[in-house]
Amino acid sequence: MSSNHPGLSNNFSRSGEKFSWSKDNLRSIKNIISKYPKGREQSAVMPLLYLAQEQNNNWISIECIETIAETLNMPKIRVTEVASFYSMYNTRPVGENLVQICRTSPCWLRGSNKITKTICKETKCEINDTSDDNKFTVVEVECLGACSNGPMIQINNDFFEDLDEESTKKIIDNIKEGKPNVIGSQKGRRSSENA
Amino acid sequence: MSLVHKKAGEVQRMLNEKDKVFQNLHGFQEPFIEGALKRGSWSNTKEILSKDQNDIIELVKSSQLRGRGGAGFSTGLKWSFMPKNTGKQHYLVVNADESEPGTCKDREIIRNDPHTLVEGCLIASYAIQATKCYIYIRGEYHHEYVQLEKAIEEAYERGFIGKNSCGSGFDFDLYVHRGAGAYICGEETALLESLEGKKGQPRLKPPFPAGVGLYGMPTTINNVESIAVVPTILRKGPDWFKSIGAENNTGTKIFCISGNVNKPCTIEEEMGIPLKELVEKHCDGVEGGWDNLKAIVPGGSSTPMLPKNICESVLMNFDDLKANGSGLGTAGVIVVNKNNDIAEVIERFAHFYKHESCGQCTPCREGTGWMHRMMQRLVRGEISPEQIELLENVTKQVEGHTICALGDAAAWPIQGLIKNFKSELISKYNKKLKAS
Repeated sequence: MSSNHPGLSNNFSRSGEKFSWSKDNLRSIKNIISKYPKGREQSAVMPLLYLAQEQNNNWISIECIETIAETLNMPKIRVTEVASFYSMYNTRPVGENLVQICRTSPCWLRGSNKITKTICKETKCEINDTSDDNKFTVVEVECLGACSNGPMIQINNDFFEDLDEESTKKIIDNIKEGKPNVIGSQKGRRSSENA
Repeated sequence: MSLVHKKAGEVQRMLNEKDKVFQNLHGFQEPFIEGALKRGSWSNTKEILSKDQNDIIELVKSSQLRGRGGAGFSTGLKWSFMPKNTGKQHYLVVNADESEPGTCKDREIIRNDPHTLVEGCLIASYAIQATKCYIYIRGEYHHEYVQLEKAIEEAYERGFIGKNSCGSGFDFDLYVHRGAGAYICGEETALLESLEGKKGQPRLKPPFPAGVGLYGMPTTINNVESIAVVPTILRKGPDWFKSIGAENNTGTKIFCISGNVNKPCTIEEEMGIPLKELVEKHCDGVEGGWDNLKAIVPGGSSTPMLPKNICESVLMNFDDLKANGSGLGTAGVIVVNKNNDIAEVIERFAHFYKHESCGQCTPCREGTGWMHRMMQRLVRGEISPEQIELLENVTKQVEGHTICALGDAAAWPIQGLIKNFKSELISKYNKKLKAS
């Protein structure tokens, strides 16, 4: 995995547009800060990075960082540090669908390499690339914690499990065609029962 | 120790359905409040909370519950380290940052039986005089986070938690905090740093969290499974829990089996079930049959692998696995058959640790990268017997020389590989040498 992975790169950039919180997010922020003791508002930095990322098309620009720093009364460098340390904050724009392929041993033993190949072929993306139509960004990631359901991938918030080449292609096709996908096991398992 | 009578090959025992703590582990029933009430959650919580706090700690101690997050430390004993009546804010922090490769048990508890965890948080917090609890859940578990938030909302609505929880007079608040993709935050002090809004880099110990934890206050950090079994232990009694498993290795345990088995699964079983039985009975055996087995990693990526001859008879509990040179860890069982290169399994773990090292300690930051590069060459058959020895030597220089256990965790799988398959690694080199 190179530093080209959008969540691992430390090269933050400006979007060129001002970032200010949406009305809904302003309400959420109040609620989030109330979870932590007075004077410990810094604890809200991770949830606020998530909110900013969601509002900002799934990536964290320098403008987002400036706004968060202002909201939480934190030095910008402290927000930047957190945004760069954790891999789920994207430091550059990503496609509409962030496809994360688990590459760690339990998934690899069950054929994650084939899943990677299929996804790269179907999305016309190399690892760490975004497709020309901006529909997909494809990355390889470490263990996602669904090992009894490997091989598996995560697309945005959703897990797709018990994959083979055919079901993987189907998932990508459905996204391309705007059709809904079944989340979870692609072999009809309820969760991780023996079946 | 009563281990002997349950050695593999003798009478096969199956954990009684009614003894399972997680009646909805696989989500076939309703996961939320209606289902939870039917399964017995929240049935006499008020009565439990009427007990003296020390009595609860003693009961949990006497059940011999050992932490399910990897280290296997007595949960009750850990609670007893918390100072009493300090007048300070105490915290319970639940570690739901499940990220150890091979492990996916807490996920099933959270998404399918979340009230066992919510109720456990209340009772454990009461026992350690914590009126606030944070559950730190890994960021990738978004669906699980949503399920958990819903269960917490339900518990507030019914008055089970919040002001005067369950009518007990105890005020309690429960919050969820999402991680964002850093394995190191599963280390308890890194988790606290992360919760305080910083990079997840482990703290030097001492001071220990029980004295100086979250926001500098007395804090206990427990794994999801450890907390979620507590209500059932208090309901059915420590003797019931102790009747399952063996001395000091008591109770039920969730095992996650992945890799080269016919049917990978997550299953609650008796602590100490023979490894072979776990694989044969619950996973329909190894792909290609038992004789096609190469090795098994018994407790998540950090635990050294076991060769086939040990897999024949080892019991899946803390003490027997330790006696056999490995550990129960998180009980993430990764099965490797002969169709795969065992060296590449470990090379991928090495890649994982390199990726997840927080960068704070030099032996780990530099060592994990170096070990991974050597492992890559080893997979290609490019390192000589002397270099294999050097690699083993370096793993020992990383091990024990870092603030947290990530350095150890990166070293052990490589040591396990060299210990069990050294001759194979050498012949790989010789073969490559001949070919060139």
